[in-house]
Amino acid sequence: MNLTAILENALQAVAAAADVPALETIRVEFLGKKGSITELLKSLGAMDPEQRKQAGAEINELKQKVQEALNTRRDLLQHEQLAAKLAQEQIDVTLPGRTLETGGLHPVTRTIERISSFFAELGFDIKHGPEIEDDFHNFDALNIPEHHPARADHDTFYFNPKLMLRTQTSGVQIRTMEQQQPPLRIISPGRVYRNDYDQTHTPMFHQVEGLMVDTNVSFTELKGILHDFLHNFFEEDLQIRFRPSFFPFTEPSAEVDVMGKNGKWLEVLGCGMVHPNVLRSVGIDPEVYSGFAFGMGVERLTMLRYGVTDLRAFFENDLRFLKQFR
Amino acid sequence: MKFSEAWLREWVNPAIDTNTLSEQLSMAGLEVDGIETVAGEFSGVVVGEVVECGPHPDADKLQVTKVNVGADELLDIVCGAKNCRQGLKVAVATVGAVLPGDFVIKKAKLRGQPSHGMLCSLSELGMADDSDGILELPQDAPVGQNIRDYLKLDDRIIEVDLTPNRADCLGIKGLAREVGVLNKLSVSQPLITPIAASIADKKTITLSSPQACPRYLGRVVRNVNVKATSPLWLTEKLRRCGVRSIDAVVDITNFVLLELGHPMHAFDLAKIDGDINVRMAEEGEKLVLLDESEVVLKTNTLLIADSNKALAMAGIFGGLHSGVTTETKDVFLESAFFAPLAIAGKARQYGLHTDASHRYERGVDPQLQLMAMERATELLLQICGGEAGPVVEAVSEADLPKAATISLSQEKLARILGISIDKAEVSAIFNRLGLEVSDTTDGWQVTVPGYRFDISIAEDLIEEVARVYGYNSIPNLAPKASLKMRTFREAEMNVQRLRTVLVDRGYQEAITYSFVDPKVQQVLMPQQQALLLPNPISADMSAMRLNLWPGLLQTVLYNQNRQQSRIRLFEYGLKFIPDAAAEGGVRQVPVIGGVIVGSMHNEHWNMENRNADFYDIKGDVEALLAQTSATEQFRFVTAEHSALHPGQTAAVYRADQHVGYVGALHPEAERKLGIKGKAYLFELDVAALGLREIVQAHELSKYPANRRDLAIVVKSEVRFADIAATIKKVGGNQLVDLKLFDVYTGTGVAEGFKSLAIAVTLQDIARTLEDKDIQQLVNQVVSALGDEFNATLRD
Repeated sequence: MNLTAILENALQAVAAAADVPALETIRVEFLGKKGSITELLKSLGAMDPEQRKQAGAEINELKQKVQEALNTRRDLLQHEQLAAKLAQEQIDVTLPGRTLETGGLHPVTRTIERISSFFAELGFDIKHGPEIEDDFHNFDALNIPEHHPARADHDTFYFNPKLMLRTQTSGVQIRTMEQQQPPLRIISPGRVYRNDYDQTHTPMFHQVEGLMVDTNVSFTELKGILHDFLHNFFEEDLQIRFRPSFFPFTEPSAEVDVMGKNGKWLEVLGCGMVHPNVLRSVGIDPEVYSGFAFGMGVERLTMLRYGVTDLRAFFENDLRFLKQFR
Repeated sequence: MKFSEAWLREWVNPAIDTNTLSEQLSMAGLEVDGIETVAGEFSGVVVGEVVECGPHPDADKLQVTKVNVGADELLDIVCGAKNCRQGLKVAVATVGAVLPGDFVIKKAKLRGQPSHGMLCSLSELGMADDSDGILELPQDAPVGQNIRDYLKLDDRIIEVDLTPNRADCLGIKGLAREVGVLNKLSVSQPLITPIAASIADKKTITLSSPQACPRYLGRVVRNVNVKATSPLWLTEKLRRCGVRSIDAVVDITNFVLLELGHPMHAFDLAKIDGDINVRMAEEGEKLVLLDESEVVLKTNTLLIADSNKALAMAGIFGGLHSGVTTETKDVFLESAFFAPLAIAGKARQYGLHTDASHRYERGVDPQLQLMAMERATELLLQICGGEAGPVVEAVSEADLPKAATISLSQEKLARILGISIDKAEVSAIFNRLGLEVSDTTDGWQVTVPGYRFDISIAEDLIEEVARVYGYNSIPNLAPKASLKMRTFREAEMNVQRLRTVLVDRGYQEAITYSFVDPKVQQVLMPQQQALLLPNPISADMSAMRLNLWPGLLQTVLYNQNRQQSRIRLFEYGLKFIPDAAAEGGVRQVPVIGGVIVGSMHNEHWNMENRNADFYDIKGDVEALLAQTSATEQFRFVTAEHSALHPGQTAAVYRADQHVGYVGALHPEAERKLGIKGKAYLFELDVAALGLREIVQAHELSKYPANRRDLAIVVKSEVRFADIAATIKKVGGNQLVDLKLFDVYTGTGVAEGFKSLAIAVTLQDIARTLEDKDIQQLVNQVVSALGDEFNATLRD
């Protein structure tokens, strides 16, 4: 058989091969140990050198062409096979994944975390204190003596005249200053309690108390830090005003209002320069040190930030409400 | 306190409108809470005079009148008010008038009689909620004048929410002083004429407790007509300050209270036996108050008494017996200074709070008594007639508050405020506030008038300066502090991290009240006493929680009632355990706890939809414990807890430290509380979790690991934790992993037994383990399990 015919046959067979095994059969038929082209190569030995060189080149060329045809066809078949397999394995990627639905933090916790992180950034330590508090830490040390009208304003839950649910987180200031000398920078978030329950009051709510005591702490700095905080918290350049007020434990005292979306001022926190009697009650010399303190209602801030309209929702813990805060 | 803007403007009249004025007050620390109009919106109402008044021919209850409103003709008006009579000056809504509620007055016929207008009552003009009959105007009211002008109805009621330190502003006088300061205007006080005595009658006054009452003024006024009607100008002023008119005498004392901020009291002279003694109450002494309630007085209470008995609770409430009645002919007027400390808290201990006690406990000007007495006498004689005796003053000068003299240095002012304010400007502020000021080398010396009880130290003066200078004129500066690095202990357990673990595992954080329903708590912890609130909001919020479960389970119920079928909740907070040894008799323990109930996943096209069970919540607890990096130190031990299923409860220990519980809610509790489905609970004491282990990394073995699977059969009650412990002990360092991959009971395993399939992975750090080493170790494990648990290999 001449080489052209073999090539013809081989190319035809390759083109007709339907799959990789068929192609392998063809390879064996032509290029295997006993394949026709292999046989031709074996026959070269019997030829004279001149003829061998010529024939050898031709046969090798034939072998190469067949090999190439085989390779090309194999690549093609493999590719088709893969494509078919992939097509078959197609899935609906829009079906929901297997997941454990994640929960969420309570919005009050979320606000406390945000507030804490702002102040932690400035080196404020986060302190906690007892919620059942004695009258010294809740009142006396805060310059609220027994018959001070401010005590009546507090709607305190008493267990007995000496023991109560704390009405403010300010007691933590005292507990901290009893143990540490200035410089002091703390904030103290937590639950507080007042005996009052209506549309705008819950008997338990949260405050974050802040305190900074050092030499030369001033009212301008109190204003500065609270301005920065409120801008950071609301992430807007809202209008802020400081309004003179009264707290027994600060002098001067201020309440801070922000301008609401309805054009009305809303009170968001109370603050002031720590009253010298408070410093004295914990053994800090007010002629050497000064300090500022501030306290804010967490629920109020959370309501403003996230558009919550009913205070009581925070403690009903309706999952449909909570799940909005992911 | 509510006040009439027009009344204030009689004293001081800055050229600013109502809104600016209230903004100014708020920014000076007298926070304005609200502004109201003093009457409804209306027009077309004028002063008229009833010229004729006769019965309606066809209606018993109506009268037919002719009214002069200053026009060419008299108006025919039909009126239904009983007090309508000839000669009366009235408020006439003429035809075309619009009354509050857009009520337009038209010509009409009432039962056949023409009516061209309406005679108005206070309520029809929006000046009262209800009123009896038509408004009677004074006889000198000018006919035809617009009633809004005549009654000055374009006035506003301003409500200021005064802080306890500003008692000096609890009257028009004090408010005017403040407005004067803010606007740099002088205040014109109405002329108060001293009334000379026309009779000699008087009472001797004894101050038995001069520290509590350093000054007491009394005055007899005889032949008073207590039935006289309070004039309209007076009742209007009272009304616009939120005070109801009672009778002329009370109205007058209330007027002085509102005008000067000074409480007054009037006694029926006839009921006073002998003389006046201001003394402390005696043990067990009783007094019937004006509201007819009887109180047993405490000895800390200051009284106004006569020679025989208590007459009134000083500065708080008058007594019924000595009060002015319609029968009273002669009165005894009281104007006194009671020390704030003598009054503070006393009203509250009897459950009382009055306008007088509110002022006295905050501080009344100790120099104002005579002025108040003269003002009240003047008005009394003017309105009720009578003859006044001399003013008798009993005073203990030594016990009167002293005008405080305070030094303030420029350095301190600048240090506290953070800015320096011009010395002259500060002096001017003090001057306007009525403080006597003199310059010193380094600042100021200031003498404070008696009415400013809130100014006693330099810081108080600093506040006054800042307040008048304007808080918002003080710049905002970033605080300066030394950058001292805070300590952060890596070993400290971070609660935030624990929260995040639970959130990531599908828990929603709840915040429940720290006081719970004692009945729910009783169901869960019947043996444990909780701390109870003596004055709770309600009975179901009266017990301090003993753990987080009552609140969490009630939240489960709340949500189950709102069709939630998959509930995973956690809470972090304090629990309150009564303990005599602890501070305040209660341990306040920070805990983290959770509850799961219902399906494990939301319904899904491919996931098994099963209910959560014990091992789900245990896995969550294990995830929390893993935060310590010391999992192997924790043990779950079969335990009992009154709230939990006795067969499905584990106590969690770290070494010997009890950390908490995990388990299924007790079926009885489930039934009593009405929980739907099986609820699983956990609670861990955050402090008892202990510290995080700081990792000490160990070398990794370069040699292959070998896994061998063992299937052993043991009695059902043998605990896996014990088996694992034995395997670990025998396996020693070479055992690098142990997994339980199957627990089987049923065919092939005898009743009362279970088969455990355990994979052990063995590896040596220094060499490749040979087959025989491995086999030897496995044999040792099997034989140890055989010895300790009668375990056999499963065929």
